[in-house]
Amino acid sequence: MTNKKTDIELKFNHKQSAHCENGAVSNLLRYYEIELSEPMVFGIGSGLFFSHMPFLKVGGIPVTSFRPLPGIIFKRTARRLGIKFEKHKYSKPAKAMDALDENLKKGIPTGMLVGVYHLTYFPDPYRFHFNAHNIVVFGNKENNYLVSDPIMEEPEKLTYDELLRVRYAKGTFAPKGHMYWAKKIPEKIDLEGAVIRGIKHTCKDMLTIPIPMFGVNGIRFLSKKVRKYPNKLGARKAASYTGQIVRAQEEIGTGGAGFRYMYGAFLQEASVILKNDELKKLSYELAEIGDLWREFAVITGRIVKNRNKADESYDKAADLLLVIADREESFFKKLKNSIT
Amino acid sequence: MKTTDVPQDDANMLQGKFKEPVYSLDADGNFTTVPSVGWNPKNEVMQEAWDNVNMKIERAKQDVVSGKVSPIAYYIEKNIMDVGLVASYMGIWKYRVKKHLKPKNFMKLSYGMLERYAKVFDITVEQLVNIEQ
Repeated sequence: MTNKKTDIELKFNHKQSAHCENGAVSNLLRYYEIELSEPMVFGIGSGLFFSHMPFLKVGGIPVTSFRPLPGIIFKRTARRLGIKFEKHKYSKPAKAMDALDENLKKGIPTGMLVGVYHLTYFPDPYRFHFNAHNIVVFGNKENNYLVSDPIMEEPEKLTYDELLRVRYAKGTFAPKGHMYWAKKIPEKIDLEGAVIRGIKHTCKDMLTIPIPMFGVNGIRFLSKKVRKYPNKLGARKAASYTGQIVRAQEEIGTGGAGFRYMYGAFLQEASVILKNDELKKLSYELAEIGDLWREFAVITGRIVKNRNKADESYDKAADLLLVIADREESFFKKLKNSIT
Repeated sequence: MKTTDVPQDDANMLQGKFKEPVYSLDADGNFTTVPSVGWNPKNEVMQEAWDNVNMKIERAKQDVVSGKVSPIAYYIEKNIMDVGLVASYMGIWKYRVKKHLKPKNFMKLSYGMLERYAKVFDITVEQLVNIEQ
């Protein structure tokens, strides 16, 4: 693209958030004068989850996750708030870029999925082939796209070629130029209903999925696995496997302790919206559970540091996971009862 | 966790590009975010993951030097990719990339193909054929 475009800069108020999906939604909605914090988007979209899938491996290591699959939080939040989003994928990269320019001309800030590996402004230790990162483009100035990346403190810039490259990253969850923008904003939003639906769904996910890899049962399942790691895998590999759990738990965007603290923040806001003091009490209980997850990370950090010798800490880590599972089970039961 | 306990253990993982918001409880018992530069246990597990990557890169490098594999194998590791991912960036079948991992087949690649590989790995053709550069 050599022809110079006219500069466009929408009045987009960028705010940093912990997690990209919540952050992009929260930033987009602010443009339409709907002020929802990151924890609110996260809670309404039922972002808290747990899964451990030993057969699903990334880089040869089983995947543990503290959140649902990418895109789900976004979908649920939009549905529960009654906001309609237009979504598109494009088979031709040039078309995807034209569609973006078209949107900007119409004054529509546009969210999109990108791969992080080629994001020029990202810190190197975090650059790997993860393809479900969310950004919002809100302008074009001197042939640079203005990018609101929720994890960055300030808006960033990308050239046409740089943006095209990350929009067409390849691999798992390849974005294929996917972009989305708000189409219809309802005049009145039923915030209370959305909050309740969000909480109910999370309780259901954590307590009742009848497959032992998900929810609190998934934590118990993981505990069993972790206990066996050193004998089954040897010191080095066992350390990698356990380290991966903590990487998922403390990944950029979780806000600490596998989203448990962020969910606590949501419960505090929800307690005001629903005028329900019980939720505030529960937020403190979840903060304590979060502290237990952090303790698990401390033990794992030690295991990984001494990774060349077999270690008895695996039992300690596995025991702690069982404690966490019991605490979370009782927590989500109380949470479920508190809103009915 | 209290806001005052949010760790600030810098291992240069964020390279000063931003700080990460960590949710924690302030003195009044309200959740709020505190920007953090890092936390030791997390730095530890990330370092371990990168150590593994670097080990694989080093191993691939030796294999290239000893003539066991073509430079493509080295750049695959260096870019944390695998054969499948390279194939989809190249727009060719996986088995062809596998074929090009053999030095004998790599030598026969046309300049155009070398250029395409170089583009995927963000390097020049000279760097592709000579990994020491």
